Amino acid sequence: MITDDISIPFDVSRIRTDFPTLHRTVNGKDLIYFDNGATSQKPKVVIDAITEYYTNNNANIHRGVHFLSQLATAQYEDARIIIQKYINAPLSEEVLFTKGTTDSINLVANSLGELFTEGDEIIISAMEHHSNIVPWQMLCERKGCILKVIPINEAGELIMDEFDKLLSTKTKLVSITHISNTLGTINPIEEIIEKTHNIGGYVLIDGAQSIQHIKIDVQALDCDFFAFSAHKVFGPTGIGILYGKKEILDQMPPYQGGGDMIAKVTFEKTTYNELPHKFEAGTPNISGGICLGTAISYLSEFDLGAIHAHETELANYAEEKLLEFDGLRIIGTAEKKTSVVSFVVDGIHPFDLGTLLDKQGIAVRTGHHCTQPLMEFYQIPGTVRASFAFYNTKEEIDVFIRAMKRSLNMLR
Amino acid sequence: MTLEEKQQDIIDEFAIFDDWMDKYEYIIELGKELPMISEENKTDDKLIEGCQSRVWLNTDVVDGKMNFTADSDAIITKGIIGLLVRVLDGETPKDVATTKLRFIQEIGLHEHLSPTRSNGLASMVKRMKLSAIAAS
Repeated sequence: MITDDISIPFDVSRIRTDFPTLHRTVNGKDLIYFDNGATSQKPKVVIDAITEYYTNNNANIHRGVHFLSQLATAQYEDARIIIQKYINAPLSEEVLFTKGTTDSINLVANSLGELFTEGDEIIISAMEHHSNIVPWQMLCERKGCILKVIPINEAGELIMDEFDKLLSTKTKLVSITHISNTLGTINPIEEIIEKTHNIGGYVLIDGAQSIQHIKIDVQALDCDFFAFSAHKVFGPTGIGILYGKKEILDQMPPYQGGGDMIAKVTFEKTTYNELPHKFEAGTPNISGGICLGTAISYLSEFDLGAIHAHETELANYAEEKLLEFDGLRIIGTAEKKTSVVSFVVDGIHPFDLGTLLDKQGIAVRTGHHCTQPLMEFYQIPGTVRASFAFYNTKEEIDVFIRAMKRSLNMLR
Repeated sequence: MTLEEKQQDIIDEFAIFDDWMDKYEYIIELGKELPMISEENKTDDKLIEGCQSRVWLNTDVVDGKMNFTADSDAIITKGIIGLLVRVLDGETPKDVATTKLRFIQEIGLHEHLSPTRSNGLASMVKRMKLSAIAAS
């Protein structure tokens, strides 16, 4: 049979050899890293690419005629194309480098938001990260816009009937997370995009938690904006992407002024550069952009379907084992979920559990996960969150469960 | 017992533990034993909102000595509070304001007093010291 599938067979033990950090010890124990929702570990190819850039290729981009500047520019722009292809964006100039998801959302809020007027409505959901709440609140204060929130049910799923009621011709933008960082819920963004487009609104997808788990095709989704951070997808921190449709980006005013974003500057009048440079003022995170390209190339070698299946198996296994503990409750039980397991235990503070797990070498996240309104909805101070990546194993979950048992015995 | 002796006392107590988990087991026991602050004193003005855990601190000056009661919703935080109160409660404002709390470092719990830990403890110690400065 002829197949065009050239992806590497899924082999966790081989994958683990790519990630140096996974092989260190913490507090005298082998590290078990279950905080992938916060940031992923980096494969050696990315670490090497950072070193290679600063060792051999460092120069400023887009302005030098000399060899190194040309080389750095080519690598940076090549990375943009790698990312464009990965998310299937029609044009490379629709792929903007930003500092990360937060920066991408702020760019849209500040730039597209300039075109909004009093009474215009923006819809978000009850499960948003603070970075997809606060920029819109700030915009609403500046412009007199109104922020509406899609409620969720106990399982942590959007109540789509309520979304339908919130949508109106006043809706200018729906900004929604693809996957909840706290609950793991996969939202029905296809339906949201279609319905929002039917009334003439735009849709921004916060893909911070989805890019590393699900194959993203911005053309198939037909979203207007898609934002993600490099560091959650095995790349460096301080760099991210905003994909935006060209016809919308063209209408939007620049966000920040400075070098690189201009066509011509005089004291009377400045004209702006073309996309993507219009939105990329100043010397960017050059090595970050190049190495995000490296990270995406690395991820491209794998079959995301196999990754997703492995991660789902891990999450199901962890949930099954965790539910054997008395008084433990999983927060976020949506039918469609990714590999995030958030939980609380009756009478036990998440901070205490997190501290004791850390002393046993296990990195989990505790607290409100930058989703305070969501914590208020569930009436809890926070959760313990284990979030898995493709390099995690069932054996690690077994150790985690033993550590949980010991910790709970101490705390009860 | 002087403030310095109290610090040394705690350092000696912790010296018997050679494992992190044993240390924490002891802190948790301390946390469980202590009814630190009366419910009516758990008011918002006494609340120190940490990102990870919440701390309530009540300060008084009685007969020229600092009087502290405090509490937390997290038991490990509460156990460490117990140690801090044990050292600082009943001391003069000057001693509270100027003494370096070296015992925390020596028993290996300084990470909990780091502002980046955001469990409210760093702010609590700051508030204890500020109240002592105000009283001296």
